[in-house]
Amino acid sequence: MTISQSSFAFVSDLARRETAMLYDAGKEYLVEARLLPLARAAGCADVDAYVTRLRIDQAERAKALDALTINETSWFRDNAPYQAFTEKLLPDVLAARAHVRHVSIWSAACSSGQEAYSLAMLLDQHLPAGWTAQILATDVSPTMLARVDAGRYSQVEMNRGLPATSLVKYFSRVGSEWEVSAELKRMVRTQHLNLAAPFPLLPTFDIVFLRNVLIYFDMETKRDILQRVHRIVAPDGYLLLGSSETTLDMDDHWGREAHGRVQVHRPATTTRATTATAVGWHPTAMTGA
Amino acid sequence: MHALIIDDSRAMRSILRRIVTDLGFETLEAGHGQEALDHLEAGRVPDLCLIDWNMPVMDGYTFVTKVRENPDWRDVTLMMVTTESEHGQIVRALAAGAHEYVIKPFTPDAIVDKLELLGLVQGGVPA
Repeated sequence: MTISQSSFAFVSDLARRETAMLYDAGKEYLVEARLLPLARAAGCADVDAYVTRLRIDQAERAKALDALTINETSWFRDNAPYQAFTEKLLPDVLAARAHVRHVSIWSAACSSGQEAYSLAMLLDQHLPAGWTAQILATDVSPTMLARVDAGRYSQVEMNRGLPATSLVKYFSRVGSEWEVSAELKRMVRTQHLNLAAPFPLLPTFDIVFLRNVLIYFDMETKRDILQRVHRIVAPDGYLLLGSSETTLDMDDHWGREAHGRVQVHRPATTTRATTATAVGWHPTAMTGA
Repeated sequence: MHALIIDDSRAMRSILRRIVTDLGFETLEAGHGQEALDHLEAGRVPDLCLIDWNMPVMDGYTFVTKVRENPDWRDVTLMMVTTESEHGQIVRALAAGAHEYVIKPFTPDAIVDKLELLGLVQGGVPA
């Protein structure tokens, strides 16, 4: 089965208008894979029939957008960014925030939450006693946010990059799934957020993980997102992008530093000078062990 | 780099062989723990063992304990690849000396991810 060009054009236009995500020619297979389960659930014969329904059914359109914005993810994805987090970013933030003893992190486009919980595991292992930390996990998909809150993962998902020692330390079996510990859940707060739209009121973050999502946006939207992220990263904070993403040629308000195989981004020092203290952020999440 | 694939299912050995061969490993195979132990005792000591739990003659858990009893084999990386998915079983295997644990069913990516975690593979090729 293949999706027709007119159906693909409709879905591509819908996704672009509503979420600014790009589904260019060549991504037909992806659109089909994401929409086929919904087409079946809606009793449609194929994806084309489902797209015909999308043209007139607003509730179904919302479901389709939800499915289109789901991204694949794994624990400690690509490894190197987490190594940079443990070896460089977190020690720097701990040194700079000794007066408040709190670390605030944003996992943007968090998908099913593996990034947020991977960071929570590292914080559990490396945060000194007496410190608190909170991770804000945001996504455009309410379905994904509900999954993060539930903190439950299938066996196949658990196999993807999670060290066995972390599995036994932080997860328990619930039927055929695994559930993350209450301790890690307390560190992670979820919030609905569309990166392409103006941000709601957000605190200042010490570290922002915005990985493997900019690739889905056009250049103008990428630039706009980077500028808005710039305003909520602490002046001495860090931004991490995906390995194929960069701020180069898009926003000159960022400085770039290499750490191992990872390039980390920091607000350029000349652009602004605001307080580094987290604003409106309540350190209630967890205490370092 | 050499990998020893220990599983009583020929189909599973074939799946694992394809995955690790694509990563640049040369492979040896065994249908149970004793046959695997025979390889090691004959001097065919691999860098990595992929080990099923439930097998005839000698199970994977016993194989792990036997390997860990011999200091000459301390550099061998041991990874369970098994349907045993109870929390307690995973703890038991790790305590016995297994380095990693993959629960069946798995995707090829899961094996690659784990081998990267273990430092045996970097960017899809042996480290």
